[in-house]
Amino acid sequence: MKKNDLLLILGFLAAALLLYGIYHVFFAQDGANVIVTVDGTEYAVLSLTDSTVLKITGVNGENTLVIENGAAYISDADCPDQLCTFHKPISKNGESIICMPNRIVIKVVKATSAADLDAIAN
Amino acid sequence: MMKHKSKKVAVFGMMIALAFILSYIESLLPPLITALPGMKIGLANLVIVVCLYLLGSKEAFILTIFRVLLVAFTFGNFTMMLFSAAGAVLSFLVMFLLKMTKKFSTIGISCAGGVAHNIGQMLVAYFTLGASLLYYLPFLFISGCISGILIGIAGAVLLKHLPKNLINP
Repeated sequence: MKKNDLLLILGFLAAALLLYGIYHVFFAQDGANVIVTVDGTEYAVLSLTDSTVLKITGVNGENTLVIENGAAYISDADCPDQLCTFHKPISKNGESIICMPNRIVIKVVKATSAADLDAIAN
Repeated sequence: MMKHKSKKVAVFGMMIALAFILSYIESLLPPLITALPGMKIGLANLVIVVCLYLLGSKEAFILTIFRVLLVAFTFGNFTMMLFSAAGAVLSFLVMFLLKMTKKFSTIGISCAGGVAHNIGQMLVAYFTLGASLLYYLPFLFISGCISGILIGIAGAVLLKHLPKNLINP
């Protein structure tokens, strides 16, 4: 291990911290809606405030999306790796759960209708 | 001369087989942290680092490409190949350039390779799945860094203990 190696490693860690900071200052707000896309096309838009269960038909199988307590998560998936079911519930703007085998993306977004903007301004 | 060449071919073939089988073994391991898929040790990178030092950059590049193609055709699909290729090629380029500067040891080179691998995959994810994935990036920086350091340490030990006449008679 040389001194340069150490500097390089510290540089990467600093970059990671910086990226994390930038992301949280500028992008992370509580989201209002959940957008579900399958293979790039929009499948459904749901509100985080309403508790629901939605079966999503993906490219190779079916996933079950659950919304409760203002957060969304995948409770069931028939793909072999089950990565999306292990993902923690998402609720913040920009957070997402991705199921690669079924090409399903669940993403939290802000509600950007005029009414919502007025509510913030008031 | 002839003997020298056939020895190199044999060693190179063995390395391709090793990188291939290590990729397979890694695909069998469960994800390290379930909340953050994509974090991997990158076992195959060990062979590529060793090859970069032992055989040279041209061979290491061919090895990288062969590994991606073999793994994708055998266990994966086209999407997986895209991800894997972007990560592997970017990782190779960064390691190659850092090695050229002669300022870093295997640990630094492999660390940068690990981070570059994750950035490459992230770029493909960005273009195929959208910007929402970007919040992973800091975590992938750190995981790439850690796995790269581990692979770098293992690579340094391997290079030290492999017989000196492995390539040159």
